[in-house]
Amino acid sequence: MKIISFIAALVVMVAGGVLLTFAQSAQGQAPAVKAKSTTSPPAKTRRTPWGDPDLQGIWNIATSTPLQRPDRVSAKTVLNDEEAVEFQEELAQELNRDRRDGGPEADVNRAYNEHWMDARRLEIVKDKRTSLIVDPPDGRIPALVPPTPEVQKKREAGAAAARRFAAGMPRGPEEMSNPVRCIIRTDRPPYLPTIYNNTYQIFQSPGYVAILVEMIHSARIIPVDGRPHLRTGLRQWLGDTRGRWDGDTLVIETTNFRPDSTFGDADPSTYKLTERLTRVDPDTIAYEFTVEDPKTWTRPWTALIPWNKTQDQLYEYACHEDNYDIVHLLAGARKREKAGEAVK
Amino acid sequence: MRSRLSIFAMGVGLAGIAGLLWLVAIPTEGQSTNVGTFPGSYKAPRMPDGKPNLNGIWQAFTTANWDIQDHEAQPGPHPELMGAYGAGPAGQGVVEGNEIPYQAWALAKKKENYENRMKVDVSSDERWHDLGDPELKCYMPGVPRATYMPFPFQIVQGSGPEPYILMAYEFTSSTRVIRMNWKDEAPAESWMGWSRGRWDGDTLVVDVTGLRKETWFDRAGNFHSDALHVVERYTPVSPYHLQYDVTIEDPQVFTRPWKMSMPLYRRMEKDVQLLEFKCVPFTEELVFGPFRKRSSE
Repeated sequence: MKIISFIAALVVMVAGGVLLTFAQSAQGQAPAVKAKSTTSPPAKTRRTPWGDPDLQGIWNIATSTPLQRPDRVSAKTVLNDEEAVEFQEELAQELNRDRRDGGPEADVNRAYNEHWMDARRLEIVKDKRTSLIVDPPDGRIPALVPPTPEVQKKREAGAAAARRFAAGMPRGPEEMSNPVRCIIRTDRPPYLPTIYNNTYQIFQSPGYVAILVEMIHSARIIPVDGRPHLRTGLRQWLGDTRGRWDGDTLVIETTNFRPDSTFGDADPSTYKLTERLTRVDPDTIAYEFTVEDPKTWTRPWTALIPWNKTQDQLYEYACHEDNYDIVHLLAGARKREKAGEAVK
Repeated sequence: MRSRLSIFAMGVGLAGIAGLLWLVAIPTEGQSTNVGTFPGSYKAPRMPDGKPNLNGIWQAFTTANWDIQDHEAQPGPHPELMGAYGAGPAGQGVVEGNEIPYQAWALAKKKENYENRMKVDVSSDERWHDLGDPELKCYMPGVPRATYMPFPFQIVQGSGPEPYILMAYEFTSSTRVIRMNWKDEAPAESWMGWSRGRWDGDTLVVDVTGLRKETWFDRAGNFHSDALHVVERYTPVSPYHLQYDVTIEDPQVFTRPWKMSMPLYRRMEKDVQLLEFKCVPFTEELVFGPFRKRSSE
């Protein structure tokens, strides 16, 4: 997996038009977001001239707080000040790519060094939670439902392709991940923090909210006018999205995902993603998402991520246009096959 | 239109001014002079900030993506496989005067581009972009081509202090942000360019620079350099149309600036929305196929 993520990162590095953005502002300004944003609406919500809650602006979603609670903090949901400092330092050390304590393979995987790191990626969330997941209470993705033979077969095929890729022996582009192929990346909801390009821009017009995501240059244009979803046969990489206002909160429901673009390879026919965006203060949006699929997880689960207002701009993230590495990877694999190498 | 109507009025002589006014006001069958023109007095609905409201899903209905100049219908590159599916429609050009003022070398290059439009060779990083139409390989189409590809695009325009307008295109999910009254120059070259906007009366004027040299204007091989400067004008001319006028300037390739224009049509279907045309997977066999493991190997 490390090699895969490194190669994915490398693809990004060579992709033309890449510009990294780094959080430079608003750090330390935003007060903690509430774990349940909907229960405590802000006293005074900004509105657009046509009366909708105003979510417009450019937002940075980075944090070092992991999606799932690490074992070492076990049952602790929220840390005290002292523990929080220690936790942040530990996470920063884990994410540190300039250290040289892991041997040659680790060094290669850390080629994307601190230069690339979004500064906010090294900070935990302000409310000192130990995981982005707030439900279930243990901060972990719930147990998987036992797979059907069909699902099991699909997972095994995926794992075999991933092994070939990790060994530098991919057979073709379809054995690579969607980000490596430059099809979708952090623009596939739910939105999760990553090393860089954590910037998201929200636009609003009467009846629409649009979320522009830097990687890979796509905009999710969300009708907020009560229209029905697309019929189920029309599936998309980013699904089909509808919004509605619930008080000051934008509630987004997304269905119609393709089978190869759901979170955790959930079953697209039963997978449902609900996102809730609330501007809890001028510089912060509370972004909460709930993932459900009774065919994949034993229960729904919910995460909460603060989006921090930034003075940065979004820049074009081109990917496929200069995806040299996909050729390097395939050409390298063919040469190794000729030399008689095989996947171990 | 006016001069032709005047001649017509002289022709009818004493038929009277009232009759002429009637003809102007109500287009009648066979009166072709009124077709394709809009009343100049149209005033677009306003956003709360008083700016014209350009929100909507728009699409050009032109064959300019095949060739921005006049072109006859043509067979596709593989008629033995594709038949009429692959063939291209005839079209009247969108270039003013139908002439693109290429420098001599550049005209030769345009013809070479056309000859090589379906060739792909990505075996060398350095020569990655040398051959082929970027559309064929599913690269972001650049400006102005994104506007007149046979796919819709959506304008999301707010109102108030935020200085941004979003333009989102169905083709390969390309996007660009129009930064209104923006001073900073393009920070780097990009496929969709650096777009700065301003209002000129009812017209949204967008100044585009910082475009990568690899984008083309059409499948006919019309091209530019990285010195390209595009000025677009989006003018609402009816509730259902924007007039789209573009000025192209590139002293490295052309001898003078030149213009394109066409109407853009509002997509009117109930609940119409932009869908995905994420074409990367459709091009992988073409572009990366030579490096794939074959069963015989």
